[in-house]
Amino acid sequence: MAVALTPHQTVFALVTSLLTFLFILELVRRRRLREEYSWLWLLTAGAMILLVVWFRLLVVVTHLVGAVTPLNTLLLFAVLFLFAIAVHYSVIVSRLTTQVKNLAQELALVAARLEERQS
Amino acid sequence: MKPLVLVPAFNEAARIGRVLTGIRAAVPDATVLVVDDGSSDDTAAVARAAGARVVRLAFNLGAGVAAQTGYKLAIREGFDCVVHLDGDGQHEPADIPVLLALLERGEADVAIGSRFLGGTAYQPSVLRRAGMGLFRWLTWMLTGARFTDVTSGFRAFSREVVAFVAAEWYPTDYADADVIITLRRAGFRLKETPVRMYPRAGGRSMHAGLRPLYYVFKMLLSVSLAPLRGQPAGRKGN
Repeated sequence: MAVALTPHQTVFALVTSLLTFLFILELVRRRRLREEYSWLWLLTAGAMILLVVWFRLLVVVTHLVGAVTPLNTLLLFAVLFLFAIAVHYSVIVSRLTTQVKNLAQELALVAARLEERQS
Repeated sequence: MKPLVLVPAFNEAARIGRVLTGIRAAVPDATVLVVDDGSSDDTAAVARAAGARVVRLAFNLGAGVAAQTGYKLAIREGFDCVVHLDGDGQHEPADIPVLLALLERGEADVAIGSRFLGGTAYQPSVLRRAGMGLFRWLTWMLTGARFTDVTSGFRAFSREVVAFVAAEWYPTDYADADVIITLRRAGFRLKETPVRMYPRAGGRSMHAGLRPLYYVFKMLLSVSLAPLRGQPAGRKGN
């Protein structure tokens, strides 16, 4: 049978995930973080909150993944989400690289045409 | 045929003048375009002085990106074909007409200059030969066609091919074996012809330090994923 989270663990997990959730929302509110890049963070924090609050679900998931204690499950999912976020950023960076490449090419072609017209 | 001779260059001020003179002598009527890949030396000025048109990229983006910039220009300005050669003097400009002739006669959409088809005796290092052998074998496995020189950057593309590579897809760097595979899979006809190549005359090769290792990794990945990317829409009717 899975060992219940201690009150310490519950409070710490709840506070950190709530703070993360609110922090991300605040960044979006101040337009420091764009909405389209915030969803994975909010999903992560939200899932953590849900798992801590709804202990039965955490126990079920713990059995499902074969973890030893519910705390392990929380950590496992934290790592998985961080991994997902890192990959998400790699994809975004790749897209930005392509966009920068296209812009640089466009700029070079337009600048060359302007120069040739002037001379 | 209205050909564009495309010479991407990165810090080649010391060598590009001679290349451009050679091109002028070989194909006097062709437009010559130098794409300066964010050089910090006088590459652009030297090229202009030699009578070439120059497009300057604001920062260094890689040989593939520089080449694609030229392909984009060729498409917009209605050139019929593009000959690509390196700005460091490794490729013999006098062989440009040989590549163009293949396209002109309609024998191929892509003419690849091969240093191993009885041109000059070119002797790469053992390591480089091993690498070339590996990619030659991979290209053969993946396309069913044998090419003698899959790492050749001395090539001519017909207008259709130029349109294809100018659109979305083109590798940012080391555009060789994967280009051959993708173009073949897109249904284009590729043909090799002997050309002369020389060892690089000074300056920094793009294959220095740890780069060969990265090159092999990048090429292996790109070559093995090429067949999994589905059929690109290239030549019509194929």
